[in-house]
Amino acid sequence: MKLKMIKFIPLLLAALMFVGCSTTEKKAEEGPAPVSETPDKMDHSMHGEDAATSGADEAAGWTGHPLDDPASLTSTRMIHFDFDRSEIKPEYQAVVVAHGEYLARHSSQTVTIEGHCDERGTREYNIALGERRANAVKRLLMAQGATSGQITTVSYGEEQPLERASNETAWAKNRRAFFAY
Amino acid sequence: MKKLLIFIVLLVCQMAHGSPLTIEITESEMGALPIAVVPFGWQGPGQAPSEDIAAIIDADLKRSGRFKTMPSKDMIAFPHTGTNVDFRDWRVLGMESLVVGQVKSNGVGGYIVRFQLFDVFKGEQLTGYSIPTTARDLRATAHHISDLIYEKLTGQRGAFATRVAYITSIVQTEGKRKIALQVADADGYHPQTLVTSTEPLMSPAWSPDGLKLAYVSFEKGRPSIFVQEVYTGKRQRVASFKGINGAPAWSPDGRKLALTLSKDGNPDIFILDLAKRTLLPLSRHYAIDTEPAWSPDGKYIIWTSDRGGRPQIYRIPSGGGKAERITFEGKYNARASYSPDGKLITMVTQIGQEFRISVLDLASSQLQVLSDGSLDESPSFAPNGSMVIYATKIKGQGELAAVSVDGRVKQRLALQAGDVREPAWAPYSQ
Repeated sequence: MKLKMIKFIPLLLAALMFVGCSTTEKKAEEGPAPVSETPDKMDHSMHGEDAATSGADEAAGWTGHPLDDPASLTSTRMIHFDFDRSEIKPEYQAVVVAHGEYLARHSSQTVTIEGHCDERGTREYNIALGERRANAVKRLLMAQGATSGQITTVSYGEEQPLERASNETAWAKNRRAFFAY
Repeated sequence: MKKLLIFIVLLVCQMAHGSPLTIEITESEMGALPIAVVPFGWQGPGQAPSEDIAAIIDADLKRSGRFKTMPSKDMIAFPHTGTNVDFRDWRVLGMESLVVGQVKSNGVGGYIVRFQLFDVFKGEQLTGYSIPTTARDLRATAHHISDLIYEKLTGQRGAFATRVAYITSIVQTEGKRKIALQVADADGYHPQTLVTSTEPLMSPAWSPDGLKLAYVSFEKGRPSIFVQEVYTGKRQRVASFKGINGAPAWSPDGRKLALTLSKDGNPDIFILDLAKRTLLPLSRHYAIDTEPAWSPDGKYIIWTSDRGGRPQIYRIPSGGGKAERITFEGKYNARASYSPDGKLITMVTQIGQEFRISVLDLASSQLQVLSDGSLDESPSFAPNGSMVIYATKIKGQGELAAVSVDGRVKQRLALQAGDVREPAWAPYSQ
């Protein structure tokens, strides 16, 4: 019984976060036109030909995919973690929230969250830890209104390091979650 | 008290192919049996084989940690048969045991390897065989002789004529990596590739009969568990659920796999019946549960869980029941597996900032750290329990190393270039 209760705590936390963030989301909707209204030639899944409006080029100067807009936090695709931890650090909260809001606005957009670890510790434990990181990101995305159907998670553990050196700089870089659109 | 370590780095004679093996003997050689393996003679016609049988036997015995072998340059006589042995020569040199032998051509391209093992003090032959073999199997024959000598002198079955599976990662052109599952002799020679992929391969595990390997493959971008026949290459996907499919471990009867699945939201241990294809949950906890291993009698499963906050080893009856924590020393203990007699477990233990291989005596709860690297992992017992093979990092490269179970003798295994990791020592072939 006790265990079952504990099992719900992450869900409760996610729900609380959802409540906390829903206002931000509303504000975004009511505010100025989101970046995604700029013409979009790369993403056929979202607006199709409706997006071929005139004059938008001048507005932002960004003609690539809205997710790649350097002015948007969604252009950041990687966040980092502390050793053996999976909490999303304060400095990366806004990035994940931006991705979550984008996904919430574009319900046909899907993403794969890859969880990765540094080389320390055992390989299968790191697979589990990488999944925990990916799931932490997924929960925060869903708290912004993204649906679980839009998000796939996969953990590569320590199998795909960005840096192969064995030092804290490399390890910090390798402990990451990546948004693969 | 920390003992004084004496590091003796010996370069064992040049092997026919590949780089020489490096054997490091740490601590004193107290208790190691002095033995001389005299270079074998050659009886033509034709050229002597390139493999040095005596050198292979010498290296085998030395790396077991149970023997102190004599360098051939210190020998004062080089007999090839018992009739030519003057035991006084070897008594003077402090030898207790002596191995002599010779390789003969069988006239049709093959060989006959003859050897004799003597008790130097009694001046008696302890054992001796003539073994027919081929050029291809000469190394295997040498390992077989090592096994016979080891068993005669220690009373324990040898494990030199066994094999090891492991994962390699080699940089291809354009920085792409090729990951391979390979099998080699227990001393690292004769590598053969069983699977290659551009995506990760992980966690090879031998079936108890040594005929199959279970492993994890990320082909198609997500992990699945495969079971592959070692000799035919035939394989079957046995687990491909949503989320993690990892850490396969065979039950001692070979009928079941313990594995890690996160299909229900977080990683738990399940038992897969390979014939019936039924799946039984074993650990149910919101924490990470992974890296299961069976006790040799099949009654228990040990695994890694961070339910207490940090990864530690837990034990549960394999049919289900109450989980109990069995490691308390150190803040990170993971990837445990039983010794063949079930009395010890080997695992990865964090000591300060370093990850090392340790052995825990289950009866006394005594923990002994065996390795001295900083990123050592994936320990696997030899089938006779005398040694542990593991992965280490040397100058940023993954390498395999073996350590005697008393921690006295460490050896780096000579393998080809590239990152090598996740060794799994094969059981005795049946």
